[in-house]
Amino acid sequence: MSTKPKIGFYWCASCGGCEESVVDLAEDVLMVTNAVDIVFWPCAMDFKKADIEAMPDKSIVATLLNGAIRSSEQEEMAHLLRRKSQVLIAYGSCAHTGGIPSLANQFTREQILKYVYEEAPTMVNDQKTRPQPHFKEDGRETELPVLRNLVRALDQVVDVDYYIPGCPPPPKLLKEAVLALLSGKLPPKGAVLAPNHAVCQECARNDSKPQDISLVEFKRPHQIIADPEKCLLAQGLPCMGPATRGGCDAVCIKGNMPCTGCFGPVDNVRDHGAKILSYLASTAAGKEEKDIAKTLAGIPDPVGTFYRYGLAKCLLRGKVHATGESTPK
Amino acid sequence: MSEPTTATQTSPATGSFEPRIVAFFCNWCTYTAADMAGVSRMKYAPNIRVIRLMCSGRLDPQFVMAAFAKGADGVLIGGCHPGDCHYVEGNYKALRRVTLLKRMLADLGIEEDRFRLEWISASEGDKVKHVVNDMVEKVRALGPLDLPGKHKDWDKEMEELEAHVNHSQKEIPAHVH
Repeated sequence: MSTKPKIGFYWCASCGGCEESVVDLAEDVLMVTNAVDIVFWPCAMDFKKADIEAMPDKSIVATLLNGAIRSSEQEEMAHLLRRKSQVLIAYGSCAHTGGIPSLANQFTREQILKYVYEEAPTMVNDQKTRPQPHFKEDGRETELPVLRNLVRALDQVVDVDYYIPGCPPPPKLLKEAVLALLSGKLPPKGAVLAPNHAVCQECARNDSKPQDISLVEFKRPHQIIADPEKCLLAQGLPCMGPATRGGCDAVCIKGNMPCTGCFGPVDNVRDHGAKILSYLASTAAGKEEKDIAKTLAGIPDPVGTFYRYGLAKCLLRGKVHATGESTPK
Repeated sequence: MSEPTTATQTSPATGSFEPRIVAFFCNWCTYTAADMAGVSRMKYAPNIRVIRLMCSGRLDPQFVMAAFAKGADGVLIGGCHPGDCHYVEGNYKALRRVTLLKRMLADLGIEEDRFRLEWISASEGDKVKHVVNDMVEKVRALGPLDLPGKHKDWDKEMEELEAHVNHSQKEIPAHVH
C-alpha cells in the first residue's frame, strides 16, 4: 500500500466552483497527485462514505472541505471528515464564511420551502407536496436529510484548522497550501492561508485612489463604462477592496469589475460587512441627513452587498426573526 | 473585565424586563453632558452602560453589531451637534455610518427603536435625561432582544447529531437516522 500522505476533498452546500478550482491547477495537479494519495473526492472519483468510515481516525493528512453546512447530511459528513483527518481545511468562501448560500439566513426555512415548492413561478404543485425526511410506502422506507434552520460556516459546526478563502480560491493559494502541508511548515492553527492585507495593496489602480473619496452618487457596474486605469471606488462603484483580504491579485478589478468581497476580512476584523459599511458609508459626500440618505440609497441592499459571502459569520448570524421554527417538518 | 451576562435582566423589585442599553458617548459633548446631568443630580433610568469614545466618528459599526450580539437590547450613540465636532468632521462620518447601519439593521430584523443617534452638547444634561428615559421606555415596550439566547437556541438543532456522531465513534460505521 502506498505510503504517500492521504488527502480528501469534499463538497457541501456549494456550486462546484471550488471543485473546478482544483482542476484549474492545470499541470500542477500532476505535482499534487504525485505527492499525495487522493482518498476521497466524490465530485471526481468513485469513493463511498463507507470507505471513509472504514479508515482509522486521523488517517487522512488533510481534508479540504468546500461549501456551507445546511443539511443534516452535510453536518454528518463534516463530523466524519473531522474525525478522520489530521487537518481540516475550510476551502472557499462558503466553508470559510458561509458564502452565497448563507444569504438564506435572511429567511426562515419555512419561507424558503414555501417559495420553492409552492410559490415559485415555475412551480405547479396543487397538492403542495414537499419532500419528507421520512417516507413509507408498500413496506419500503426512504429517508432524506433535513434542512437546518440556519446555514453555517464549517467552523460553526466542527473544529477547523485552516481556511483557504475565495470564490473560488485561486489555484495559487491551493498549491501553496498543499506545499506547506507536505513540508510540514504550517502556520499556527486557525490561520487563513492568504496574505493579511487588503485587496487595494495588490491592486494596480491603487495609485489612482484619492486620499479623500467623497461621492455624491454610487453607481452600479452596468450604469457606467468604467475607466480601466482609475480606482473604481473613485468612479463611484462600491468596491469592497479596502475592507477585503487580498491574495487574489485583484483579479476582478483587472477585469474592470469592483471587488465583491469573497476573500472575507483581514485577521483583526470580526465583522466583515460592518467594516465594509464603515468605510463605504463615510465616503458619502453630504453633511445633511437627506443628502446623505440620497447618496446611500445607491446601495439598495446593504445586507446582500456587504455580507454577500459571509452572512453566516456576521455577528448577528442572519435576520433575527429568521428562526421561528425549531423542529423539522 | 468580567464576562457579559447573557441572561435577560429583570428588575428584582417589579419582576419586569429591564432593558440593557449600551451607550457610546463622545468625550467632548455627550459624555460631558452625562457628567453634568450627574453633577446636577438629575435622575434618569439606570439602564444604560456608557462607553466613552473620543469622538462619535470613532464608532466602528462593528461595536454596534458586537453590542447586540453580546446581549444589548438597544444601542445609543451620542455626539456633538453638526458643526461642533472637536475633530471637525467626526460626527458627519458617524451620521453617514449610522444612516446606512440603521437601514441594514432593519433588514436584519432589529427594530428601529433599538438603535438611536442623538446630538447632545456638553451643556445639555437635561437632554441626556430625556433621551435615555425615552429610549429605555421604547426598548422596554419592544421586549428583550436576547441575541446570545437566540444564538444558543439556533444551535440546539445540531446537538442531537453531534451527540450521535460522537457516540458512534466507538462503534463504526456511523449512521445517522
